[in-house]
Amino acid sequence: MKEVIEGSHAVSEAVRMARVQVMSAYPITPQTHIVEALSEYCADGRMEASFICVESEHSAMAACIGASSGGVRTFTASSSHGLALMHELLHWASAARLPIVMAEVNRALGPGWNIWMDQTDSLSQRDTGWIQLYCEDGQEVFDTTLQAFRLAETVNLPVMVVLDAFFLSHTYEPVDLPDQETADRFLPPFVPNIRLEHENPCAMSQMAPPGHYMEMRHAIQGAMETVFETFSEIEADFDAVFGRKYGMLEAVECEDAEVILVVTGTAASTCRQVVADLRKKGERIGMVKLKMFRPFPLEAIRETLGGARKIAVLDRNFSFGASGIFAQEIRAALCNHPGHPQVFGYIGGLGGRDITTDTLETIYRMTKESPEPARESVWVGLKEEE
Amino acid sequence: MQEIRFHGRGGQGTVVASVILAKAFFKAGYDVQTFPVFGVERRGAPVEAYLRLDHQKILIRSNLYTPDHIVVQDAKLFDVADVTRGLKPGGWILINGQKPPQGLDLSGFRVALVDGTRIALENRLGTRTHPIINTAMIGAFAKIMEVPSLEILQDAISEEIPIKIQANVDAARDAYAAVRF
Repeated sequence: MKEVIEGSHAVSEAVRMARVQVMSAYPITPQTHIVEALSEYCADGRMEASFICVESEHSAMAACIGASSGGVRTFTASSSHGLALMHELLHWASAARLPIVMAEVNRALGPGWNIWMDQTDSLSQRDTGWIQLYCEDGQEVFDTTLQAFRLAETVNLPVMVVLDAFFLSHTYEPVDLPDQETADRFLPPFVPNIRLEHENPCAMSQMAPPGHYMEMRHAIQGAMETVFETFSEIEADFDAVFGRKYGMLEAVECEDAEVILVVTGTAASTCRQVVADLRKKGERIGMVKLKMFRPFPLEAIRETLGGARKIAVLDRNFSFGASGIFAQEIRAALCNHPGHPQVFGYIGGLGGRDITTDTLETIYRMTKESPEPARESVWVGLKEEE
Repeated sequence: MQEIRFHGRGGQGTVVASVILAKAFFKAGYDVQTFPVFGVERRGAPVEAYLRLDHQKILIRSNLYTPDHIVVQDAKLFDVADVTRGLKPGGWILINGQKPPQGLDLSGFRVALVDGTRIALENRLGTRTHPIINTAMIGAFAKIMEVPSLEILQDAISEEIPIKIQANVDAARDAYAAVRF
């Protein structure tokens, strides 16, 4: 049944219906509403789960690692500085092959102190071995969170479900919530391949000398490479139960497009409106919404964008001394593709600055009118220097 | 699509008012989207909330700049904020008060007044210094818009407000009847 709920609570509802057994988290704006609701569910009996209160995000992830090693379904949520504090243990969780699910609400890092939307926090964790899935609206947040447990538990890798601060986390909109029975049909209980247990004592995450370490790393990449097929199978099952699917990426009006905008998160939703409006005016605009960032869907990117004329990537993030992170990845994916298109990089919406239909239309027109990219990154919406 | 901006002060239930209205409009068949203006909330500080309504799926997820209507929970906000900025010509300004604020040029807009403070106090919502006026304001707003119906609004209030449900429902009903426009 559709209910008007907050994006944060779309996560909480999915975690409740996933019958998560152990949660641990430390509050940080704009993530706090997610775990507030979950702690209430634990307190009032709506969830049969342990909520472990801790003194930091580092400890929250440590608690999840312990619980997941014990073979139970495990969840946490964080943002920004909290996620940064987890960094060491993010590596640990993935290399220990633990299927922990985290909701990550994109928020800027300080200073200047800023609680608003910015993707640099999650993208700074690019190389930690976590699967990353970016969401566009409350329904996708709910659906992706439920799917994330199956994905994580199938490939033995942790999954980060990423949502925009405020534009998604604090926005109320209708979300179709299933009953528990239907959720159970899609998501069976977690059966771990290995776990710490009294009856069968073993050690985990031991020293891996040079003779072993590289194979272990190769195995993680092997698991990453199975994600594409596994994700598609899980989406097909989800579609059969719920009648919705998203894809690793989604192409809209790309066939004859002169300029294709590549967008993520809530900007993808606003961009759909821009594509619809400009198409009515005869503009040949298309868009690709990128949902999966890790593993990076190279083949799908090459298939969708390899034959494009011009690509404009909007990054709500920045790698200092380089460029926008999604643009870097897309350039790298296309560089060996014969006759690949030009990739125009745009930086916008940092630290909660708005991405409006005007912002997106400006990016489209700048790209259309430029014969080639002037720079690696063009910053849009900057105030004039005083 | 219709866009509504709420102006209030921290602690007045401005965001809650917007959420209840969103839920009521959803019950009345609309797609809805509502969110607070994202700041650090403090009691007494000016706050804003946005509400979008449409008969098709709402795709735009940016802030709202040219509202069709505004709801002003405290008339003194006209002194400290540009409350009518971006308001479309002919848009409604629903003000909590007995008369329009002095010395303001509101020509080109439609002004509606409701004494939300009196209605809140009559229904024992909040205190004389901190009356809880949000349910009165949304009752008045529903009357001006002619949608959602009072019945739907009362359902939404009952589901959303955890305490003093009847008093809040009564306040919405009283304001629905009392609003002047």
